[in-house]
Amino acid sequence: MTVADVTLDQLVDWLTRFRAFVTENQGYLTELDSAIGDADHGANMARGMNAVLDKVGEPETVDALFKTVGMTLVSSVGGASGPLYGTFFLRIGTSAGPVTSLDGAALAAGLRAGFEGVVSRGKAEAGDKTMVDAMGPALDALDESLGSGSDPATAAAAAFDAAQRGRDATEPLVARKGRASYLGERSAGHLDPGATSTAFLFQALAEALA
Amino acid sequence: MKKLINAPEAVLADALVGIAAAHPELTVDHVNRIIYRGTPTRAGKVALISGGGSGHEPLHGGYVGLGMLDAACAGEIFTSPTPDQMQEATKVADSGAGVLHIVKNYTGDVMNFEMAAELAEAETGTKVASIVVNDDVAVEDSTWTAGRRGVGLTVLLEKIVGAAAEEGRDLEAVTALATRVNESGRSMGMALTSCTVPSAGKPTFELPDDMMEIGVGIHGEPGRHRVALAPAASIAQQLVEPILADLDFTKGPVIAMLNGMGGTPLIELYLMYGEVTKLLEKAGVTVARNLVGNYITSLDMAGCSVTLLRADDELLGLWDAPVNTSGLRWGV
Repeated sequence: MTVADVTLDQLVDWLTRFRAFVTENQGYLTELDSAIGDADHGANMARGMNAVLDKVGEPETVDALFKTVGMTLVSSVGGASGPLYGTFFLRIGTSAGPVTSLDGAALAAGLRAGFEGVVSRGKAEAGDKTMVDAMGPALDALDESLGSGSDPATAAAAAFDAAQRGRDATEPLVARKGRASYLGERSAGHLDPGATSTAFLFQALAEALA
Repeated sequence: MKKLINAPEAVLADALVGIAAAHPELTVDHVNRIIYRGTPTRAGKVALISGGGSGHEPLHGGYVGLGMLDAACAGEIFTSPTPDQMQEATKVADSGAGVLHIVKNYTGDVMNFEMAAELAEAETGTKVASIVVNDDVAVEDSTWTAGRRGVGLTVLLEKIVGAAAEEGRDLEAVTALATRVNESGRSMGMALTSCTVPSAGKPTFELPDDMMEIGVGIHGEPGRHRVALAPAASIAQQLVEPILADLDFTKGPVIAMLNGMGGTPLIELYLMYGEVTKLLEKAGVTVARNLVGNYITSLDMAGCSVTLLRADDELLGLWDAPVNTSGLRWGV
């Protein structure tokens, strides 16, 4: 491994920081969800990430870590976020395998596999006003940054920038998936709560790798 | 927020304690948050399992018992239960004849039940079929969206399909019947107020005194349109017309439900049912059976919904069959 590789400690730090974001912003996420959904996103993500950090301990390999994270989210969150975030982390683990660190390419491959899991589980496409709208651009930016020779920390910062732009771009959209879709045109003019928590996910990654 | 609770995060666990105390004929698994009948599924009988977010009581736990469900999985308020709850219920309730999952069409519910069915089939070889209920005409149906919500028809479906399973029909026949019922029913709801999710602490949306929401679901969310409050006769019209425009209900007998959202007194529900029947009569719709009351609620939301189901002698026979649950009880 090289100094630029992402360690298990950094991955646990990523999760710890994500927990902090969703618990500190629990009210904000719920407020966004109240506008176009059913007012449970903040409570669900906080409950899920608290359960994750209770379970994680000191993992020995990347796949073991993310299997624990994914299964804990699936079994403690419910709603749509449970299977979606759960599938995301489970697929990262499967992609990474029993290793103790990830180079840039392995990190990108893992996140990409997680993203594909989210898309196939939720059947959402870009522009549907979902977490896909933040995650897709974030991973494209990550790939592009790594492709131009950046280290994982720089690439993660680029991914966070793109996730924020993707999140902000959900505001005018009319939702086509999830509970917000029942509002039709009335869902426009609000940030998508799932895209917002996904932007926190990439903010946490960027800070953990910085 | 003024509610009869100890703490917002303990509402579900505390309510299950009360359900167990009130209904010793049921078995409550407090760890997995599953409500079962008090006796194991009879050999050869298809097991019916439903579940969903809590806050819709009596749905679904109130429909566990003879002639309806074998088990109900309770999620957090308005949040789908998790796959491991559903997998556990599936494993416990299966008598070997297979299990039908009754799922209301919400993104989370559908995904969690899908994961549960995959797990149950992979780990125990249980035969699992599912029906996704999507009866809400307020939502435009399209392959590009999440589709119509599952609302009031779920109650009628659990009753009718439950009776068929009790008769000993096999999984394929029970699933086919569930599909037919789902295709034959439609619902439309309205709200006078939002509701307060305990963990949120305040109403999900603000609705001025002189306004109402038309085309709401059962999660305190805004509906399709916000319009001026109107007399009951006009509200009934705004609910019944979209249903009749979506499906022809004049070709045979109909089962009708006028459902309260949880915060509306029964006298207003009866008043609304009177208005609805006038409109149905004028439209040439014959109501053969009805339910009026709070059967699928949205916490403390004030408002109501109308559900119509096309029936025939077979469906009416299954409707009239004995049922013994805390939410519906007759013929026993």
